Amino acid sequence: MSVDVERVLIQLQDETGEVLGSPFDVPLDISPDKLQLVCNALLQKDEPVPYLFFVKDAEVVSSLGSCVQELGLETEQVLPVVYQPQAVFRVRAVARCTSSLEGHTEAVISVAFSPTGKYLASGSGDTTVRFWDLSTETPHHTARGHTHWVLSIAWSPDGKKLASGCKNSQIFLWDPITGSQIGKTLTGHTKWITWLCWEPLHLNPECRYLASTSKDCSIRIWDTVLGRCDKILTGHTHSVTCVKWGGDGLLYTSSQDRTIKVWRAKDGVQCRTLQGHAHWVNTLALSTDYVLRTGAFEPATATINPQDLTGSLDEIKEKALKRYNSVRGEGHERLVSGSDDFTMFLWNPAEEKKPVARLTGHQALVNEVLFSPDTRLIASASFDKSIKIWDGKTGKYLNSLRGHVGPVYQVAWSADSRLLVSGSSDSTLKVWDIKKGKLNADLPGHADEVFAVDWSPDGQRVASGGKDKCLRIWRK
Amino acid sequence: MPQNEHIELHRKRHGYRLDHHERKRKKESREVHERSHKARKMIGLKAKLYHKQRHAEKIQMKKTIKMHEQRKSKQKDDDKTPEGAVPAYLLDREGQSRAKVLSNMIKQKRKEKAGKWEVPLPKVRAQGETEVLKVIRTGKRQKKAWKRMVTKVCFVGDGFTRKPPKYERFIRPMGLRFKKAHVTHPELKATFCLPILGVKKNPSSSLYTTLGVITKGTVIWGKYAQVTNNPENDGCINAVLLV
Repeated sequence: MSVDVERVLIQLQDETGEVLGSPFDVPLDISPDKLQLVCNALLQKDEPVPYLFFVKDAEVVSSLGSCVQELGLETEQVLPVVYQPQAVFRVRAVARCTSSLEGHTEAVISVAFSPTGKYLASGSGDTTVRFWDLSTETPHHTARGHTHWVLSIAWSPDGKKLASGCKNSQIFLWDPITGSQIGKTLTGHTKWITWLCWEPLHLNPECRYLASTSKDCSIRIWDTVLGRCDKILTGHTHSVTCVKWGGDGLLYTSSQDRTIKVWRAKDGVQCRTLQGHAHWVNTLALSTDYVLRTGAFEPATATINPQDLTGSLDEIKEKALKRYNSVRGEGHERLVSGSDDFTMFLWNPAEEKKPVARLTGHQALVNEVLFSPDTRLIASASFDKSIKIWDGKTGKYLNSLRGHVGPVYQVAWSADSRLLVSGSSDSTLKVWDIKKGKLNADLPGHADEVFAVDWSPDGQRVASGGKDKCLRIWRK
Repeated sequence: MPQNEHIELHRKRHGYRLDHHERKRKKESREVHERSHKARKMIGLKAKLYHKQRHAEKIQMKKTIKMHEQRKSKQKDDDKTPEGAVPAYLLDREGQSRAKVLSNMIKQKRKEKAGKWEVPLPKVRAQGETEVLKVIRTGKRQKKAWKRMVTKVCFVGDGFTRKPPKYERFIRPMGLRFKKAHVTHPELKATFCLPILGVKKNPSSSLYTTLGVITKGTVIWGKYAQVTNNPENDGCINAVLLV
């Protein structure tokens, strides 16, 4: 043992267990910053990447020594230290409402930014879909055509098309630049559309196929170029609430009949049924959700003025595939489902029927679950006025975010996974800092319940719409 | 009452009188006036029986008219989209949680307080009869003074039909009848415009409760709220939700 400072042998490992270099000697009072320098040097990256360090799942906050002392580990053995790369860019928390966009004559039901963050679309109960110009924060186009409330909207991963589904079971496709309809109206469902999901970009850069689910218990895959229904997947006995198109060519659907079904997208054959919930399954989230949504757009390369995606179809496909593989990692996609029975399940649907973990703790139904963009955390919004944060790999409970006084309807992650914004029926939005586990900013301003929230992928803006018929944009 | 078809037989053989159709039309239109004349002039037991029968008829007529109106307006509604747009995740859940919460609240309150209400405005100025009811003079020489007109805002139910005007003691003018109230939730400071279901209690007098008079301090039964303004002055009813 040296006289002045104790030293310890550490072995740096990444999340999957791969070791980095060989074990080496460091003083016990080394801080996370110095560890970061060492890590960057070892990894030989061009730009320094911020890291978080964990010793046996406990984060190294002030110095390695305090962590070791708390855990009571021996300093004689080699200590494995796991490093986790954080996002290089930092998204600033939104603090003020820059504009309140009136225009809708009924409640705003759904809000979505395009994958690059250039366009904003909102669907409302007055049967219109409105496109908003973000640089001037004024209305851009009004897309008329629906005959009933526009229940769900979805951008194609290349940002060139927007699909919207209404309560009269019709689906329209819109062009965001001109605001006019593309192709024919897709009809076929007999009851209202509950969810729309496009095929991922790296599977098909043309963005041709769209999956829609409806209360009539069926899922339809539409060919948007030909304007007709390609496949109809039946099997559920109650309304299908959510569909997610996975990056491996599998479709996941959740339904009010308490099951989740896994289908092969190529031929529409049902692979598996995941059972376990005791009440309606309301929502699904895939670990690769965020990367599938943004496609070939890398949030780290975002500029002040959002740009369209450039490059040929092949280039875009390559980029999207690379991003998808880096986020997915070694294992398969993970799926988390939230239900009316106050619990959630974490599944590995590509491999087994049994859930990985059951996430209990909420005291009212779970309305929305979302993986963070770096897939490490899961956020769940529930009608018991709280949001809970869980570990994305094991499903372990981490934190509870309380502050709302009404049911929390929707949440949205920022692109660097450090901030979370939530909208609730008490008409406020709240921005939470995940690292501290506390409230960052309270955003009042809406006059009535907030139905939809979205954070733009370039991290600059948050858009929210609600029952008071106006859409609000928030910036830092 | 003709007991054989000799009238029809005569009509078949000789046709109608030249002015028959016009006379028939005019007689029918005069019938309305004659009916009203009779209703006004009748007295005694005959009048009582007649008015009772006529009141029942009027109620039936009102109901059928309303039904017809609904049928007509339904066609228009098919084109217009209904109000109350909600997102997909709220579609199958309408009103459930609210009703449950409300009934639980009511049950709890009943158990605890046994009839007494914890109201935000406990002490309200009692309003005398001269303020709330105005005397209406009737009669040929305007001497009779038994009718009263309500000068404050009131609430009448959906299927309300007036008593026959001759016998109406309390007149509730249509201009002062309200169906909706602006209810504020004290915690959230949000205000909603909700339909009134009924008047629970008017603190001034039980007579006002039965009449449905709404003054400051009245507890109305949309969602158990207490009125906080003078509606006859403002033209709207503001209330605070009793939580």
